[in-house]
Amino acid sequence: MIEIIGLHKKLAGQPVLKGIDLTINKGETLTVIGRSGEGKSVLLKHIIGLFRPDSGRILIDGEDITSYKISELYRLRRRFGVLFQGSALFDSLTVGENIGLGLREHKIYPESEIRRIIGEKLARVDLKGMENKKPAELSGGMKKRVGLARAIAMSPEYILYDEPTTGLDPITADSINNLIIELKTEPEITSIAVTHDMASAYKISDRIAMLHDGKIIFTGAPDEIKNSNSQTVQQFIMGKARGPITNF
Amino acid sequence: MNLVPYLGHLVIRFTEHVGRLFILIGRLVISLPMVPQKARLITQQMLYMGVNSLPLVLFTSLFTGGVTAVQAAYQFRGIVPMTYLGGAVGKAVVIELGPVLTGLVIAGRVGASIAAELGTMKVTEQIDALETMAIDPVRYLVMPRFVSGIVMLPVLTIFSNFIAIVGGLAVSVWFLDLTTYSFLNSLKMFFELQDLLGGLLKSVAFGAIISIIGCYNGFNTSGGAEGVGKSTTRAVVVSSILILLADYGIASLVFG
Ligand SMILES: Nc1ncnc2c1ncn2[C@@H]1O[C@H](COP(=O)(O)OP(=O)(O)OP(=O)(O)O)[C@@H](O)[C@H]1O
Ligand SMILES: [Mg+2]
Repeated sequence: MIEIIGLHKKLAGQPVLKGIDLTINKGETLTVIGRSGEGKSVLLKHIIGLFRPDSGRILIDGEDITSYKISELYRLRRRFGVLFQGSALFDSLTVGENIGLGLREHKIYPESEIRRIIGEKLARVDLKGMENKKPAELSGGMKKRVGLARAIAMSPEYILYDEPTTGLDPITADSINNLIIELKTEPEITSIAVTHDMASAYKISDRIAMLHDGKIIFTGAPDEIKNSNSQTVQQFIMGKARGPITNF
Repeated sequence: MNLVPYLGHLVIRFTEHVGRLFILIGRLVISLPMVPQKARLITQQMLYMGVNSLPLVLFTSLFTGGVTAVQAAYQFRGIVPMTYLGGAVGKAVVIELGPVLTGLVIAGRVGASIAAELGTMKVTEQIDALETMAIDPVRYLVMPRFVSGIVMLPVLTIFSNFIAIVGGLAVSVWFLDLTTYSFLNSLKMFFELQDLLGGLLKSVAFGAIISIIGCYNGFNTSGGAEGVGKSTTRAVVVSSILILLADYGIASLVFG
């Protein structure tokens, strides 16, 4: 379980997160929606300690990680898999090396087993046999899928998805949605996704939280958010240019 | 009127950079015991820094050696016998020109590419990805470049010394009417091991400067492609300045 309590963060002098309170239960998939630049990526990065909050706490399974030393953070991060917004594949490494990097660096398995895991994860994201391609040779959708394979390579308990479907065609996007749903069926995996793709949010989420003006202004199941009577929420999920968010 | 706050701001920024640079150096030192485990990454860097830089270094050195001979001969004329030319070229090359020119050439070639590569990794979140995979970027990226720098710069400098002296010899024989024998004889007569070692000590320091400043600027990149361009330039400028400062410092220590 992840509990975020009163999280505040200023970046470059500007307040970005202004008191986030959010709980993600074990085994659930929670999606954070919100406009571009609201701080969704910044929020995700706090959970793995890439940013330290100005104030507030982040509890992971009851432990406050905001006061963790770097060595403790490294130990914690091994339980996380992260799909970055831009995939963030290492472009000096092949696809296979990208997926196997964590396993090799941490010497968790013998080499033969690592090769097997790489093959298995690649098959899982429908990229069987692509081990020796370089990231530069892949399309955006393929990169996302390799990023996903890399995120799950170490069999994490927690998976963070930063805009898993943004910039993809609807069909590829839906195949990513299906992969995320498939991963959910594995016991004990807790996921947080960040997106502004509402179709994806409805499909993959157990609960949806909306980030607006540095705060979580709504949390609820997909059906609940559709029926929310907040004008702000309705403007966002219906994708309207006019409404309280834009002050028209 | 605005000058005082502006200068204050500069001083604060400078102090901040120095502090962060020392934190990076501290983390680098802690990662040094991992050298054996990172042998493969270090070899890769050595190939890139060393072997691939060799043509440029040799080209620069050949001509520098030649120029040194011509100018020394010009300064000797009527004052010092030309038979001392070999010794003069040898000393100038081994103490100063070989190490410093190699340092500056590699700062331009390798320092820039370290900053550009790490800067690109920074702005495309690859450094964040390493961090989230619980892989220490200092151990994975900085340490191999540092080790490779402090090993390959002296190696390149030895090549540079040799080729520069060959260049000086060629010019002396072809254009200055010296015999090979008299050039080499004077080279041998004035040779001192301390000169060579002092020069190589400089090159070790230059290797450290180039790799650390390149990595530091790469890690501190922000703002996309424009930011990468800026940190690349800054890496070359700052390491060139530091090379010249370190050159003076070591020269006063060893030869002063
Ligand atoms: N490293 C940083 N330094 C300074 N400001 C930052 C940094 N990272 C993010 N910001 C700022 O924080 C704000 C939130 O950024 P963030 O990337 O979290 O937005 P987002 O909600 O993920 O948007 P998008 O949907 O476009 O990805 C932005 O105003 C951004 O400029
Ligand atoms: Mg984002």
